[in-house]
Amino acid sequence: MIHAGCDVGSRTAKAVIMEDGEILATHVIPGTPDPERSARQVMEGALEKAGLTLAEVGCCVGTGYGRRHIPFAGARLSEIVCHGRGAHWCRPAARMVIDVGGQDAKAIRIDASGRVERYAYNDKCAAGTGRFLEIMSKPLGIRLEDMGEASLRATEGVKISTQCVIFAETEIVSLLNQGLPADSILKGLIQAMAHRIAALARSIVPARDLVFTGGVARNPGMAAALQHTLGLEVAIPATDPQSIGALGAALLAPETPPGTG
Amino acid sequence: MIVAGCDVGSLTAKAVILNRHRILASAVSGVQTSPASSAMQVMDRALQKAGVDRQALAWCVGTGYGREHIPFAQKTASEIACHARGAQWSLPSVRTVIDIGGQDCKAIRLDESGAIARFSTNDKCAAGTGRFLEVMADLLGVALSDLGELSSRSRRALTLANACAVWAQAEVICHLNARAPVEDIAAGINQAMANRVAILANTVGLATDVCLTGGVAKNSGVVKGLEQMLGVKIRRLTIDPQITGALGAALMAREYAQGGET
Repeated sequence: MIHAGCDVGSRTAKAVIMEDGEILATHVIPGTPDPERSARQVMEGALEKAGLTLAEVGCCVGTGYGRRHIPFAGARLSEIVCHGRGAHWCRPAARMVIDVGGQDAKAIRIDASGRVERYAYNDKCAAGTGRFLEIMSKPLGIRLEDMGEASLRATEGVKISTQCVIFAETEIVSLLNQGLPADSILKGLIQAMAHRIAALARSIVPARDLVFTGGVARNPGMAAALQHTLGLEVAIPATDPQSIGALGAALLAPETPPGTG
Repeated sequence: MIVAGCDVGSLTAKAVILNRHRILASAVSGVQTSPASSAMQVMDRALQKAGVDRQALAWCVGTGYGREHIPFAQKTASEIACHARGAQWSLPSVRTVIDIGGQDCKAIRLDESGAIARFSTNDKCAAGTGRFLEVMADLLGVALSDLGELSSRSRRALTLANACAVWAQAEVICHLNARAPVEDIAAGINQAMANRVAILANTVGLATDVCLTGGVAKNSGVVKGLEQMLGVKIRRLTIDPQITGALGAALMAREYAQGGET
């Protein structure tokens, strides 16, 4: 039986296709202003990789910010539920998921079967979301995808005194003007961001065996900073960490009644 | 006896020259590369307006973000104390002072005797500070000082769903792309600003009279929005609201000078 999950987020769209508990294909694309188009595009890409057509997919569950606009989704579930389940599949021992996306961050505690026990969520403040790094990329002159490497290169992080993205932007320009190296400033920014995310995680009492997901989890500097700040080992899923929500949606597809959400 | 107060903030520096009970002159200027040069520039301008020589100044008190770097100030005082003092001079019945600065916002509650009972500050988040309006004015391509007038022409204010300046920026861009009238967007921006400031003001327990100090007090849209949110009338000061802190510092300088005489 073939199932699919489609996660239309604020910045990217993700799709995962599974057959009998095995991943056939995962696909990620940058989002378009139209969530429906993003959904179609990302699913087409995933189907092509799997060598399938949409008609062969038994059921697709939609999730993410744009889940109401996925025309081929038979049911819809929250990102929280999908991330919990996806992380559990990647690492059955996991009891905690931290997901940092382009415009939000979530901390989720899950039980032994991947069901959500508690969660905390931030989409109110841009600090502590992927947007923070995205904005800082410009003044620092470091591309988002190069940020992990660059921060690991730096020996020490420059202390950043502000939390707000708007204030931090000014602070960074002034630090650069003082002649401090961009790599060290970036490391400091990542540490500051890790503190914000750790505060979110602490609000639900972090559990051991933690999986870090979302686009920001592709930044190895952030995983290291989070590990240091929380004093817990942080695992990155072997499957693309950005697709864990879509993966969870695909895993939940067989057990979700059609029309849910 | 001539005394002065100098308030070096994050975006502007302010100076007030006082002769006994009368304000001789005041000046406001944008900050320079260093707090010391900002202080000197604004004080020179105020002295020039007053026709007073720097040597004639008996005392000067410094306040604001850059107060430790004002070369000619003999003493410093906190912005909270100075704003409370300056506002009371202009409006003795004031019991709540809301000061919106370039990068922060403070709410100060005074007791019946006029002493500071409580205060609350936000300098962590740009929402609810002058910086929020600055970012938004930039986006709209209008001068910061025009935001109030612009919003007064709005017939249907838009609502911004986000408080965070970063998310609100994205919302404003969406509205601009949808060709929403700029005055309606401006009205939404001023209301969003007022909402945040009201939350802070309520934490100190609002008591009348209420006044607004700092440059944002000149933005009629924010004033109106705040009045609505707080359910009180905001009393206008008889002075330029932006110089309130510098005036408070000057009043303290006068006290020091008198103390020195006796």
